[in-house]
Amino acid sequence: MQRRLSTWLLLAPAGLWFAVMLVLPLCFVLVFSFGEREAAGGYVPAFTFAQYANLPARGTAFLNTLMLAPLGTLLSLLIAYPLAYFLAMRASPQWRTTLLILVIVPFWTSILIRSYAWIFILGGQGLPALIEWLGLGSYRLINTPFAVLTGIVYGYLPLMVLPVYVSLERLDKRLLEASADLGAPPLRSFLQVTLPLSLPGVATGCMLVFILLMGEFLIPAMLGGGKVFFIGNALVDLFLQSRNWAFGAAVAVTLVVIMLVTVSLYMWLMRRMGGVRDDVALM
Amino acid sequence: MTDKIDHISRQKFMEELRRYQKGSVSRRHFLGVTGLGAASAVLGAAMPGLLPRAALAQGIGDRVGLATWPNYHDAANFDAFTAETGAAVQVNVFGSNEEMLAKLQAGGSGWDVFVPTNYTITTYVEQDLIEPLDLALLPNYDAASFDQRFAGPGTVDGKLYAVPKNWGTTGFAVNTNHTGGTTPATWKEFFDLTQTTFSGRTMVHDYQLTTIGAALKAFGYSFNSIDPAELAKAEELLLATKPHLFAINSDYQPSMRSGDAWMTICWTGDGKQLNRDMPEIAYVLGREGGELWSDFYAIPKGAPHREAAYALINFLLTPEVNAKEALFHGYPVADARVNALLPPEVLNDPILYPAADLLNALEFGAAATLTDPNRAELMARFKSA
Repeated sequence: MQRRLSTWLLLAPAGLWFAVMLVLPLCFVLVFSFGEREAAGGYVPAFTFAQYANLPARGTAFLNTLMLAPLGTLLSLLIAYPLAYFLAMRASPQWRTTLLILVIVPFWTSILIRSYAWIFILGGQGLPALIEWLGLGSYRLINTPFAVLTGIVYGYLPLMVLPVYVSLERLDKRLLEASADLGAPPLRSFLQVTLPLSLPGVATGCMLVFILLMGEFLIPAMLGGGKVFFIGNALVDLFLQSRNWAFGAAVAVTLVVIMLVTVSLYMWLMRRMGGVRDDVALM
Repeated sequence: MTDKIDHISRQKFMEELRRYQKGSVSRRHFLGVTGLGAASAVLGAAMPGLLPRAALAQGIGDRVGLATWPNYHDAANFDAFTAETGAAVQVNVFGSNEEMLAKLQAGGSGWDVFVPTNYTITTYVEQDLIEPLDLALLPNYDAASFDQRFAGPGTVDGKLYAVPKNWGTTGFAVNTNHTGGTTPATWKEFFDLTQTTFSGRTMVHDYQLTTIGAALKAFGYSFNSIDPAELAKAEELLLATKPHLFAINSDYQPSMRSGDAWMTICWTGDGKQLNRDMPEIAYVLGREGGELWSDFYAIPKGAPHREAAYALINFLLTPEVNAKEALFHGYPVADARVNALLPPEVLNDPILYPAADLLNALEFGAAATLTDPNRAELMARFKSA
């Protein structure tokens, strides 16, 4: 009995946090989503599904997010995996520390400032000028989906590298020796030993990146020039410009539902593939 | 890019430095896209140790929060105010009146002074978000010296709620290096060019009033129309234009200067600043009309530093201070006392003071456009299309 009480007491702060900071606001949002916009903007209580019926008006924003978020996650993984592999398996210990620090350092600077750097790199006087000078044609890079994707991959790469690196670094190297002793060539060892054992890290990295990307609004606004709209941008707009809290709430609820469904599906899939233990999946 | 830095002239360097001092383009953009303006004020307020010590305390407190627009104040005037009163000015920069209204409606903005535009003031009064001004605390405000055309909207139901800051027009800026020697003169040409030779080179504002207004003017409708049929035409035009836009963003100076954008919806002061630094950029008022506006100083209900708010407004309305402000932001001021202090080249500038026929075609924004749900939703559909 004593033990049980102390467990509850220890859980209480986290539970309270969860209830007050997550569940309660979400309840408000849910209630708002059935309301209406007040004449001058804001919220009037009501019970209508009109806001949900209007969701197709934000179809492109949903589509952009649902295409670019998984694509950005996948691209990040494709770039991060070889990098993490090199760091964990090939780099010498001194180099490993230096390189790891280099991966983390960008995180010490605000993503906002780093996105500004990309505005200059992708702007007319940056990369396009170089490409033109090289005689490779004239391209528009800034304010395109390409620019948004570049910013996303750049911004989220460390979040993908670190978990994959950790899972590869923990890998018991004797398993690779055993695999080699049993006659497996390197590629086969990689596919049958290294890759499956690194899946927990891959799963964690993908979830971290994907979940944050679904709510992204800064990079599309800055590198997409307000033309490549994400759900995050639609939300900012609905609350700050249109002052349509009810519709904003409905869009937010839909976003949360989509996220819950995709993430649950993903976790179920990873578990079926056998690589993921629950305790590491959500590190 | 490197050769640019090598060859930067002293004059160019000073211009760039001045631009930077003027209002940090990046901060404005930052606040615009993140809505973190209020958060930064909260952070600043949470660390009173960082505020300058009250040198000459007049009992107005050590700070005053101001919500305003980008490139809109001379920082030297704020320093002078702080030196005189001991109250530091904490500036929040906003991108649109819609955003300001949203912040005030949500409550707890923490602002002491804000800068609403003419057409929003009745809404603030109806929503009970703004307090009537106590003229006894504003000895530097001389109603008689202000042009009523621009000061009028500050008075609602016979009560004075806001005093005029400056006024201006909304037209467009165009880089004539790319127009083949002619300068477009109408909003119709603005949209036609965008869809043809200027494809990928035009910017429009990221809020409803001026962007929808410009599209309405291209058809010759009222800038303020909330007629569903007319709005539908405007939406059709905007949606057809969207693929040809460079960006939807009210922070157009950097892109116009770098040459990435060739044309943009533009306010008087930005047009003036662009034209001054790059004479090939012309400021055009569409012949069909467009917006004439006037910005005000007002105090929100429940301002935490009310006395400091009055002190700041009073200070900024001092003719000498106001003249410095005008020279800085490049917008005309409706105060005759200020005009008496300005050099003739400013008072004769056709960008600042347009010809009568162009000026008379302009309309003041209407309160209905601010609150109309259809215009809000149209703009949001356009942006998320």
